[in-house]
This record gives sequence, C-alpha cells and structure tokens, in this order.
Amino acid sequence: MASLDDLKKRISSVKSTQKITKAMKMVAAAKLKRAQDSAEKGRPYSQKMNNIILNLSNGVSDKSNAPKLLSGTGNEQIHLCVIMTSDRGLCGGFNANIIKKAKSYFLKLKQEGKELKIITVGSKGNDQLKRVYGDKIIENISFKNSKNANYFDAEKVGKTIIDRFEKHEFDICTIFYNQFKNVITQIPQAQQIIPLNTEKNNEDKSEESYEFEPDEDEILSNLLPKNISTQIFKAMLENSASEQGARMSAMDNATRNAGEMVDKLTIEYNRSRQAAITKELIEIISGAESL
Amino acid sequence: MSEEFKVEIVNPEKSFLSKEDVTEVVVPAFEGEMGILKDHISIISFLKPGIITINSKSGEEKFYVEDGIVEFKDNNLSVLTSSIFNLKQIEKGKINELIKIAEEESNKPDVSDQSKFLTDQKIQVLRTIN
Repeated sequence: MASLDDLKKRISSVKSTQKITKAMKMVAAAKLKRAQDSAEKGRPYSQKMNNIILNLSNGVSDKSNAPKLLSGTGNEQIHLCVIMTSDRGLCGGFNANIIKKAKSYFLKLKQEGKELKIITVGSKGNDQLKRVYGDKIIENISFKNSKNANYFDAEKVGKTIIDRFEKHEFDICTIFYNQFKNVITQIPQAQQIIPLNTEKNNEDKSEESYEFEPDEDEILSNLLPKNISTQIFKAMLENSASEQGARMSAMDNATRNAGEMVDKLTIEYNRSRQAAITKELIEIISGAESL
Repeated sequence: MSEEFKVEIVNPEKSFLSKEDVTEVVVPAFEGEMGILKDHISIISFLKPGIITINSKSGEEKFYVEDGIVEFKDNNLSVLTSSIFNLKQIEKGKINELIKIAEEESNKPDVSDQSKFLTDQKIQVLRTIN
C-alpha cells in the first residue's frame, strides 16, 4: 500500500492537472464561440459561390469543352487527398477521426489500384500519417503562425492545388475535414472538389437563364479556382470550430475524470491514515498490557 | 411602385453589408461600369478593381473593391468579393500601402498581360480616391 506521503503527492498532482484542464476548457470555450461565429458568418459566401457555380454549370451545354476543373481530366487514376487537421493536440478524437476516415478511403483506393498523393494541412495530420504513408505525402502545409483561419491561407492552399492540377499531377482531389455540428459532435467529411460535383443539388436548381458578361466560359474558368479556395476556406472554418469544440469536450471530460480521481485518492488517503492511527493505538494498548 | 431592391455584399469572413432600400447600384464590371436598377435581367459578371456606388434612401455609399463576382436575380444583388473597403473608413496609409503592393506586382517581369491590366487598373483607381 502506498504511503501517506505518496498519496498526498498524487492528490496534489492530480489537482494541478485538473486546474490545467479546467483552464484549457475555458480557453477552448471562448475560442469556440469566436470560431463558431466566423464559421456561421462565412457560410453565406461559400453558399452563394456554390449557387452561382451550379447555375453556371447547368448552363454549360457543351461539357466536353468545359474547363478541366469542372469536367475533370477524363481519368480517375491519380487521387490527391488533402487532409486538414489541427496544429495542436489535446483535442480528443478530432484529428484521429479525420485520419481514420482518410485511411479507410486510402485503403479503398489501394484496392481499386488507384494512385494516391497526399497533402496535409496542419502538423498533427502529418505526424500521424507520415509513418505509414510518408512516401505518399507530397506537401505539408501548416499555419501555426496564423491565429484564426483566414482567407489568404485558404487561397495559398487553393493555389498549390490548382498549380499541381495544371501540371497534371492528379485527376481527382478530395478534401478531408471535420464538419462542425455541435460541441460534442463533429462529422468527418470527405468532399470532392476537383472535378466539381455538380449533380448533388440538382433538385433545387433554377431554370432561369442568366445573362453573362463576359461569356460563360470565361466566367467559369475564373470562378472555379476561386471556388476551390472558398471551399477550402469553408473547410478551415468548420475545422477550427470543430477543433475547439472537440477540445472543450475533451477537457471537460478530463476535468471530470480528475475530480473523480481526487475523490478516490482522498478516500484512500483517509483510510490509510485511520489504519495507521488504529495500528499505533493497538501497539500502545498491547504494550501497556504486557507490562 | 417601389423602385427598391436588395443588395448583399459578402466577403469570405462575414456578410459585409446588407441593404433593402437600394435604388441604384453601379458596379465596376469587367467590361465596363454597369448600373443596375430594379428589375434588371438576371446577370452574372465579374468585377475589376474599382468603386461600387450604392444609392439608397439613406444616401450614397461608396466602396472600393479589388475583385469579385456580382449576381443579380429576382431583385437580389449579391456581390462576392474577397477585398472590399468602405471609402469613408479607409485610411490614407492603407491606400498608399495598397498602391505600393500593386505597383510591385505590376513591375514583376513575369506578370501576364491580363493581371498587368488589372493591377494597372487598381493603381489608377486607388490614385483617384487618394
């Protein structure tokens, strides 16, 4: 049995851990509020962008001449996966969930005999993937220095992707991120951005015809790269809200577990203290009796 | 009959401006300035660097934009842009900074004709508001 001193030390160490997790929870809660706000504020932009693109692409009659970003290269051989994770740990299953989703996708690709390339955004994803898929990772982008997700970072990622696409380095691009549902639930998402998936929302497409200035093709070829940055930005916003949410609930759990542990240790401490006193008393009494 | 329509300007970070009582908007479309009144035909167009002027009941407002897309549909005008500034709030220093960045961009040797045209346009507009 642990000595009284050991127990005392353990209790105080658990208590100070609890203080840290509690503080982290508070910080995450404050950041979550902000991240959630900006995720919500960012939604109209990406939604409107999506709508315009959908309207446009429905208007394109000649699919074979459409920009490659919309129609694809015609091949499906090389897949690029952009894995978006956080730069910091201690956020529960946040990163693990994305990685799990991504890995099952990689496996599927492998079975189909497709070629795989990976770009990781955020250092945690890189750390987890580089052991098994190190040779597949072609780039690692990390925004440790920027405090919040901002559009310029997203544009940078978008540019790298488009550059690589134009060099014919891949045919299909999918981004992986966590969609923020609420504080406890984040849904790992796989979204294909190149070629653009336009069939999904066909039910609510408007039949209205637009006037275009300049012509459709030019608008499309200008808009599609922008849309990619926008989608990435949306993913980044969702991700940062999810990260804070995941961290908050993880830290909440940790604080509660620490509390339980302190309770248990305190009981044990009191018991062994009592046992020690009883033992001493017995010794004294039996010593007095023998006299 | 009312002559008003709705304008919404959004940038990636937030909804920048939303107004219901707008009578006329002039946007710097890619192929020239374009005035939009109520019941304009549905249109999608690009913006080049320039000034957006919004006339509403509460007066005239001007914004500087660098790029973007306008969509007009069912008397809803949406402007999607990544960089927009209210002319009243923009500071001299910021304008000068933007000019400097644009000039550097324009003087790069490997710049394409189109982007050179755009940055020159940007410099011009910025100089006029300065």
